Amino acid sequence: MTEAQRNGALPTSYEYVEGWGMAVGAHSRVLRPRSVEEIQASLQIARRDGVSLALRGAGCSYGDASVNEDGHVLDISRMNRVLSFDPESGIADLEPGVTIEQLWKHSLPRGWWPSVVSGTMYATVAGAAAMNIHGKNNFVLGTFGDHVLSFDLVLPSGEVRTCSRAENRDLFHAAIGGFGMLGCMSHLRVRTKRVYSGDLWVKGVSTHDLAEMMAYFEAHRHEADYLVGWVDCFGDDSLGRGLIHHGRHLRPGEDADPQRTQSVAHQELPASILGFPKREVWRLLRMFNSDRGMRLVNALKHQAGRVEGHKGWQRQAHAAFNFLLDYVPNWKFAYGRRGRRGLIQYQAFLPKETALEGYTDILRACQRRGHVSYLGVFKRHRPDPFWMTHSSDGWSLAMDFKVTPANRESLWACCDELTRIVLAGGGKFYFAKDLVIGHQAMLRSFPTDKRQAFLHLKREHDPEELLQTDLWRRVFTESERLTAPA
Amino acid sequence: MTLVSPTAAPAPESASASPGPAPAPPERPRVWRAPPDKRRAIVVGASSGMGAALVRQLAREGYRVGLLARRAELLEELAEGCAADCAKSGGALLTRAHDVSDSAAVAGLFEELVRGLGGLDLLIYAAGIMPEVGIDEYDTPKDLSILAVNLGGCVAWCNEAARLMGTQREGTIVGISSIAGVRGRRGQPVYGTSKAGMDHYLEALRNRLAEVGVHVSTIRPGYVDTPMTAGLGLSGAISAERAARSILRAARWRLSTCYVPFKWWAVAAIVRNIPSVLFKRLSV
Repeated sequence: MTEAQRNGALPTSYEYVEGWGMAVGAHSRVLRPRSVEEIQASLQIARRDGVSLALRGAGCSYGDASVNEDGHVLDISRMNRVLSFDPESGIADLEPGVTIEQLWKHSLPRGWWPSVVSGTMYATVAGAAAMNIHGKNNFVLGTFGDHVLSFDLVLPSGEVRTCSRAENRDLFHAAIGGFGMLGCMSHLRVRTKRVYSGDLWVKGVSTHDLAEMMAYFEAHRHEADYLVGWVDCFGDDSLGRGLIHHGRHLRPGEDADPQRTQSVAHQELPASILGFPKREVWRLLRMFNSDRGMRLVNALKHQAGRVEGHKGWQRQAHAAFNFLLDYVPNWKFAYGRRGRRGLIQYQAFLPKETALEGYTDILRACQRRGHVSYLGVFKRHRPDPFWMTHSSDGWSLAMDFKVTPANRESLWACCDELTRIVLAGGGKFYFAKDLVIGHQAMLRSFPTDKRQAFLHLKREHDPEELLQTDLWRRVFTESERLTAPA
Repeated sequence: MTLVSPTAAPAPESASASPGPAPAPPERPRVWRAPPDKRRAIVVGASSGMGAALVRQLAREGYRVGLLARRAELLEELAEGCAADCAKSGGALLTRAHDVSDSAAVAGLFEELVRGLGGLDLLIYAAGIMPEVGIDEYDTPKDLSILAVNLGGCVAWCNEAARLMGTQREGTIVGISSIAGVRGRRGQPVYGTSKAGMDHYLEALRNRLAEVGVHVSTIRPGYVDTPMTAGLGLSGAISAERAARSILRAARWRLSTCYVPFKWWAVAAIVRNIPSVLFKRLSV
């Protein structure tokens, strides 16, 4: 008897499935398989119903990467067991729905930390691999895919293939970063990183403008383990002023009590902020969620950053440093939570040669058009071998924009201008964040050989295009659009 | 069931729809903050009594309503009766025959109706039965059938709505319970149990969904003149139409619990506080 038979019928429900930023969503039947057999059954159900199937992890992609207006959604979050963890090598065998939270809670007490984590710990490992996520250490350790040793892929036909750098190499390099268009990962083998403490050394460095921030990154990227910059996008005379967080791991013996700092209890994020229960803090943030309010918040944060810059090195827990997005639960609700209100994140990747000029143009264009990002995050990246990767030897600036029914058209027009700047600078886009680019932007930003090879694999393994998402249709359906309709 | 593409224009199969573009609804929406594009409702148990009255009211307000009941012919009659109102208000009715005790059919029907309506803003569970029960009757199959319709059906439909509305972070669920659920009365042990169960379930649902902005109202009607209560000789019963207006007002005001009519709040307060030693001697 299979596990599926033991557990009864495949769990399904009819739901509203949206991108994390809430600016896009659709009603879909959601299938939640608990085994490989149920993944195969889900593919059959979609085929029988004559609709497409989108793959979804924890739904942490900001845009439409796991939204499927034209069909069903396969949610892998119920396949979430840590199958094994080797404390000698730090290699974990995981079901696809294991979250980064589960992984670090399992590995850290044993002296290992996930090599690459996103700003939220709630993403699943299959989602992280399919979107090839990066963290604040991209310039050192690359993307999540760089630390995946192998995975089993359930192809649309139902066949299961093991993919690694030695076996089914093409599928391995295409499915990582392939945004779930080639098959559903059912088992992953992932490498973690040895750590000697549950804390990091972290230093804040206040910068006057973007050029100063970039100079600091370049000067320190060979010795830093983490570098991330916060950018005040409202800054006028000092365009791109901000605060860098520079992190480095503790060396062996530096932590007098690693058992304590590596415990889960030591990593827990605070339950309240300034005395308010964390769950309700988003209601306070909502009061500032306007151009005027966020200009003030950014200015205050910049001043606070200048103070922080004088403090020098401080010890901070891994979770507190890495998972900033989880500090305030549901903070995104401050942007609105109904009626397609929410936020989009526009993350522009530019090669190092054109970055400073490009980001300066981007920040000026946003200010000129009256769509200033409430939060700007700056990172350094390095290339990786995955076919549809967003990463290159350069930089990225991620900007959160508020979306309302009233500003949607003009915001998309603003993004169109930003896309032109990115393309002129030889830049790229990131499907885990994007909600705006059109077919032409994709053609011009992804290398032709890799793109065509990816599409060839898609046609070979999914000739009926069973696996689809709104993202797939928006970006890969032939059109003359540089930017998708709002 | 074959799934239709949600991108296709929702086309009610047996609908009494208005011809041409929808005119502006003439009536002020009875449900809180219901703009014209947020008037999509499902009424379970719509063929008669308060359910039918609610449908008539919603049709006048320009709602697209999915109607469910066991007796298809009564639904068709109701839809025909509402056709003129729908034409005037821009509303539409979508009817489906359904036995609420068939919980396995609920998921498919729910999805089909929501796709047909183009979304869901309001679910009203109005199905209920109250068969005559003798004072010394202990008929298990009959009792379980009461639970299946009154409580099982409510759980099955509201669970579907809760999942959908919870994920879309908006919507209103209304469950029509009864004053009979306040205390265990000797005359209708299982009917009262089913309504007490509904009260408990709906309250839990309300607490669970409040965080995401979805509202759940529990309605406790007293004496209402419906086919279910016909022959009981209830004095002072209000009409189903009046009850429907109160129910929609409760939804609009996002009331947690609403007695219909309001005077039954006082009755319930008294009945709830009668000591058990006295209550068991009363012939209620």
